[in-house]
Amino acid sequence: MLQLIFYVFATILVASGAMVISARNPVHSVLFLILAFFNAAGLFLLAGAEFLAMILVIVYVGAVAVLFLFVVMMLDIDFTKMREGLQKYAPFGAAVGCILFAELVMAGLHWMFSPVMPLPITGGLGQMGGPVTNTGALGTLIYTHYLLLFQLCGLVLLVAMIGAITLTLRDRPTGRRQIISLQHERKRADTLEMMDLPLGQGTDANGGFLRPHDSYYVTAVPGSYGVPEAVEEEHEELVVREGEER
Amino acid sequence: MAYFFLRTLIGQIILIALEALAVLVPLLIAVAYLTLMERKVMAAMQLRRGPNVNGIFGLLQAFADAIKMITKETIIPAGANRFLFLFAPFLTFSLAMLAWAVIPTGSGLAVANINVGILYLLAISSLGVYGTLIAGWASNSKYAFLGSLRAAAQMVSYEVSIGLVIVSVLLAVGSLNLNDIVLAQQHIWFCVPMFPMFIVFFISALAETGRAPFDLPEGESELVAGFFVEYSSLSFGLFFLGEYANMILMSGMVSILFLGGWLPPLGIAPFTWVPGPLWFIAKILFCLFVFIWTRATFPRFRYDQLMRLGWKIFLPMSLLWMIATAGFLLATGMLPQGAS
Repeated sequence: MLQLIFYVFATILVASGAMVISARNPVHSVLFLILAFFNAAGLFLLAGAEFLAMILVIVYVGAVAVLFLFVVMMLDIDFTKMREGLQKYAPFGAAVGCILFAELVMAGLHWMFSPVMPLPITGGLGQMGGPVTNTGALGTLIYTHYLLLFQLCGLVLLVAMIGAITLTLRDRPTGRRQIISLQHERKRADTLEMMDLPLGQGTDANGGFLRPHDSYYVTAVPGSYGVPEAVEEEHEELVVREGEER
Repeated sequence: MAYFFLRTLIGQIILIALEALAVLVPLLIAVAYLTLMERKVMAAMQLRRGPNVNGIFGLLQAFADAIKMITKETIIPAGANRFLFLFAPFLTFSLAMLAWAVIPTGSGLAVANINVGILYLLAISSLGVYGTLIAGWASNSKYAFLGSLRAAAQMVSYEVSIGLVIVSVLLAVGSLNLNDIVLAQQHIWFCVPMFPMFIVFFISALAETGRAPFDLPEGESELVAGFFVEYSSLSFGLFFLGEYANMILMSGMVSILFLGGWLPPLGIAPFTWVPGPLWFIAKILFCLFVFIWTRATFPRFRYDQLMRLGWKIFLPMSLLWMIATAGFLLATGMLPQGAS
């Protein structure tokens, strides 16, 4: 029974892996990739590694593949151009494939199965007492024996993250930004002027229409919609100072 | 005789199917009445009456809506990807159902009491985004597509803080099993010592289910109806059911992680007479009420505000809280010593 389930998972895994590279539409490719991840998770479950299975689904299917799909969905696909590309890159791709295949064969030929499973590092786990779940076992190993490697992995990811932010961060002065703390500090008296108007005369008698108090323009970015020129000049100093603080 | 039959493979399969039915049928009825509850509660908050024609207090309204939805025509837009277009609502709906396999309604009362229950829930809820994403792409419509892009970014962002909040709870429990998580709250519910995380989790749950004030994926004033504009009839109904089932699921997760699951508020006589599942249902109802209350109260967030809240406030806050929890537990020697 278990073997049957294994072969079902393995067959679908290999088949969907093949579909990833042969599907015409890139979106279909990504969807097949997700199917492949799922079946790999199923194989992990069969092997009793439930923690790895769940993490595979959470990290790869739930986050990485979503971003893949996100990008691929927005591509403007031109199938004729893709054909041209195929002919251009086919020899190169075939060469890389051949090298990889040769390496796999070389590794496979010299593969030897050790008769006894060596368990030098997991030996300490038995002292914990009680049944050890594989989450616990993994945690114990990662945070004792492999602590340095684990932390280094984290550092590599941190560097990648900072790199991505540096590449994409653009500090455009024309962009619309909010300074939330400034907005929260605004009182009603700062923005509104209450007028006591005689009936039927409107606001003209009191010097023009009702408009926000001048301090409104301090939080607005100069040149953006709704900031009149005159006020902008008048408050140039203030605006510039705000800009420097940012 | 019956006992021996149940031990065979076919008997086991029938037994599991019956267990699944015992969870799913009440769940679907709950979804039907949640829609009614939402309309009634919102009506009361806005000084209206809400549905009151079909049945007493409008109790049959949900079924009238369901029959209407089923009998409408399914329209598949020209240029849509037929298979994926029909697959997306099905995926959303079945994922919302799948997650209930591990939710314990009483001590050990779950279809599958697995060791990594909370990770399973996290995995299933992170898959929910695919239904939306595929629906938006397969519809071949710009509004649907924009809605699904928003949904994808929103769900991925808020999953991060949900994950970190769960980690701080797990630090105090010492197990990934949902049963153990509830039992660890026998003395005090986690919503008391971890109150800020309770709030963060609840708000993230709102964002994760795409409910107001974070309902940008379907923002009807800008995107018509967002990712499911092109859907009609039963395929629309499946999205609808999925969304509400997800709401109930998230309320269940809040109850299990922070409100002590099926445990009574105090372990003394009048409270312990009420059976555990009823406490659990009461807590879920409370959370659902807050969901609806929020919808009736707050205006929709702007998209940059949503992202700012997720990445610049919730993420650092939950990260800091996680480190503080670990430090506190270690310093006071209260760190659960480990079975798992």
